[in-house]
Amino acid sequence: MSEIRVDCIGETCPIPLVETRKALRKAEEGDIVEVIGTHPSSKKEIPMAVRALGLELMDIQEKDGVWKIRIRK
Amino acid sequence: MADKATLVVHSGDMDKVYSALIIANGALAMGMEVSLFFTFWGLQRLKKGGLESGPLSRMNMLGLGKWMVKRKMKKAGVASLEKLLQDFKELGGKILACDMTMEIMGIEKEDLRDDLISDYCAVGTYISEARESRVTLFI
Repeated sequence: MSEIRVDCIGETCPIPLVETRKALRKAEEGDIVEVIGTHPSSKKEIPMAVRALGLELMDIQEKDGVWKIRIRK
Repeated sequence: MADKATLVVHSGDMDKVYSALIIANGALAMGMEVSLFFTFWGLQRLKKGGLESGPLSRMNMLGLGKWMVKRKMKKAGVASLEKLLQDFKELGGKILACDMTMEIMGIEKEDLRDDLISDYCAVGTYISEARESRVTLFI
């Protein structure tokens, strides 16, 4: 099991969503994908994608305009 | 009904090609299958070197408007059409090219970015994909 970090700081629609999906496709089952970013809508929409894909949303945090979303495949 | 989106990319305008590729990538990212059917002016964008060459659909002003919008997009960190297209392929999206457009516009396979195109086809293929898609759009 490994942890994959995706840095989407400064990226806008649709890149955070797309980069999250790319990382999740490459991840093995049980791996954790951690995405960080600043695009406001992606903070809501990445969790929507996680639910649609049937994966586990572990945690969402935000500090100083930077959010962090952790997903388990 | 399959969890699938089928989009007709009829326009070759830069902003509309952006809309098509953003929606398509969003759908793939959220776990849907996606087919893009490129026809008429849209197909011009699949010519070698043609992807970024479309005008703005409004206020193009002989390219000045496009230049200004592109500058703003760059500042906002918007991805290039080329990156969106590469991501689309990497996430398993399918590109269909309209062979009737090729015939009437005198476009040969060698003129197009053949490596990106899954199939050369006509309306029958579009309908057989669209009839089993939850989302269909004409852009």
